[in-house]
Amino acid sequence: MQHRSFSPSRVAALAGNTFTGLVRLRAFYFLLPFALILIGSSLFFVRLSFQAEFQILKDVSLGAMSIFSSLLAIVATAQLIPRDLEERTIYTILAKPVLRSEYLVGKMLGVLLLLALGILVMSALFLGLLFFREQILLGETTRSGLPPAQIAAAIASLKASAFNLNLLPGILLIYLRAALLASLTLFVSTFASSNIFTTVVMVFVYLIGHLQGTARTYWLQEHSSGWLAHTFLGLVALVFPDLQPFNLIDDVVAGTAIPLALFARTALLGCVYTTVYLFFAWAAFHEREL
Amino acid sequence: MIRPTLIVLLVLIFGVLRLPIENALTERDRVAFSHQVNLRLELREQIGQLGFTAALSGFRSLVADFAFIEAQTAWERTEWSRVLLCFQEATTLQPHSLLYWDMAAWHMAWNASAAALHERVLPTEFLRRRAQRQYIDLGKNFLQRGVRNNPRRPELYESLARLYRDKLQDHAAAASCYTKAASLPGSADYDERFAAYELSYAPGRECEAWQILRSLYDRGPHERLPTLLERLKFLEKKLNLPLQDRIPDTQM
Repeated sequence: MQHRSFSPSRVAALAGNTFTGLVRLRAFYFLLPFALILIGSSLFFVRLSFQAEFQILKDVSLGAMSIFSSLLAIVATAQLIPRDLEERTIYTILAKPVLRSEYLVGKMLGVLLLLALGILVMSALFLGLLFFREQILLGETTRSGLPPAQIAAAIASLKASAFNLNLLPGILLIYLRAALLASLTLFVSTFASSNIFTTVVMVFVYLIGHLQGTARTYWLQEHSSGWLAHTFLGLVALVFPDLQPFNLIDDVVAGTAIPLALFARTALLGCVYTTVYLFFAWAAFHEREL
Repeated sequence: MIRPTLIVLLVLIFGVLRLPIENALTERDRVAFSHQVNLRLELREQIGQLGFTAALSGFRSLVADFAFIEAQTAWERTEWSRVLLCFQEATTLQPHSLLYWDMAAWHMAWNASAAALHERVLPTEFLRRRAQRQYIDLGKNFLQRGVRNNPRRPELYESLARLYRDKLQDHAAAASCYTKAASLPGSADYDERFAAYELSYAPGRECEAWQILRSLYDRGPHERLPTLLERLKFLEKKLNLPLQDRIPDTQM
């Protein structure tokens, strides 16, 4: 039986099912509270430094969001195909008029929904803490008894260092990096033998991806190293995606504005990479014998 | 066997296609933030393997925060060498945080330099003075590097100006820093005025200082602050200006 046309409704059903399955996942219930506790504990860290409290609050919270979303993307995606194979649900799904591309896109969308939920919950807590701390400090400043001009200057400085709109593109880039990692994990899991293998490989991909820029620069500019080192650097540059461009949040926290063009290019890069790795996943999964 | 080979080939082709895009993006990132964080092996020795791995994995800013907190603890214990090391880590990892540069300079040029004068380990006054000067130079060096990493931010120029004024009594250099700060967006209203004040203390620059102070004075009553009037009067006397060029004494 041939069913050639790609059906968004089938994809939506698969995505919804995957999302429900992932929300019930034990790893989600372990990782999310852990991330929330870490974000909440940033209020403790700010007490260790009276000058840089907003910076530390942002760093700890965004760091927690970054690591949690990346881990969740890897852990949640790595077990999708192996679990379906183990529980034999994949046979039931693919025996129906469902394309393998629909199956993969549905799974991917389910993970993306889960990541969006995770990021939304963490962002709400983070922005709530930022607002709470800002209100406390604004109250203290107003009651400080300083001359009105000095109070106005202090309030302006406080507001500038607390919430700024640049945090939002930074958070979006954290999400896009997690989406890219999920897509890459799905690709690896299409040929991996187990979800543990996929998770381990992806942790290394995560680490190497952050060093890829350095390897690429040396590979393209440095020719004095031996052919073995040169080949190795070339392979790293060609096989692994560069994850460093998604780390603009470090500069946002330090008060540097992200130029709109740079943000747009990085976001576009994230979307393209996610799509391409999803295509690779389909290419590997398309005629795989199940 | 054909399919895996084809997929490997696809990944490599995608890698080749990615190269110019990633290079361009890295270059744009470098231009936009005018820096490249240099995670050298020396830093690895300072922050340990875990910290270095974290810094490489996208948690550079977080590791910098912990180095900053450690610097504060070291400061409370007056362990100045530790303070210096921690601030070197923090500023290397997060070169766009003005606070790190500013605090590092303040601890070195003000706190550590003052403490050096009471350092019992140093037996002579000469050695204590020399240590004091070295700490001030370390503070200056932090601010100069901070300015190089953040050339469009006026705050560090202001801090450098204060260091030249209060610690090195180099009023010409202080004036130059205040002038540079005043030319940048987001600078304080007083930067231009402070540049003129500092110039008025710099030997041989009195005429230039008078011209700037006078132009500020001519802008209107809001600029005619007590220090500005006092410096103008001082320069009028020093330059022996004719009466018609002087501001009226009723202004004082």
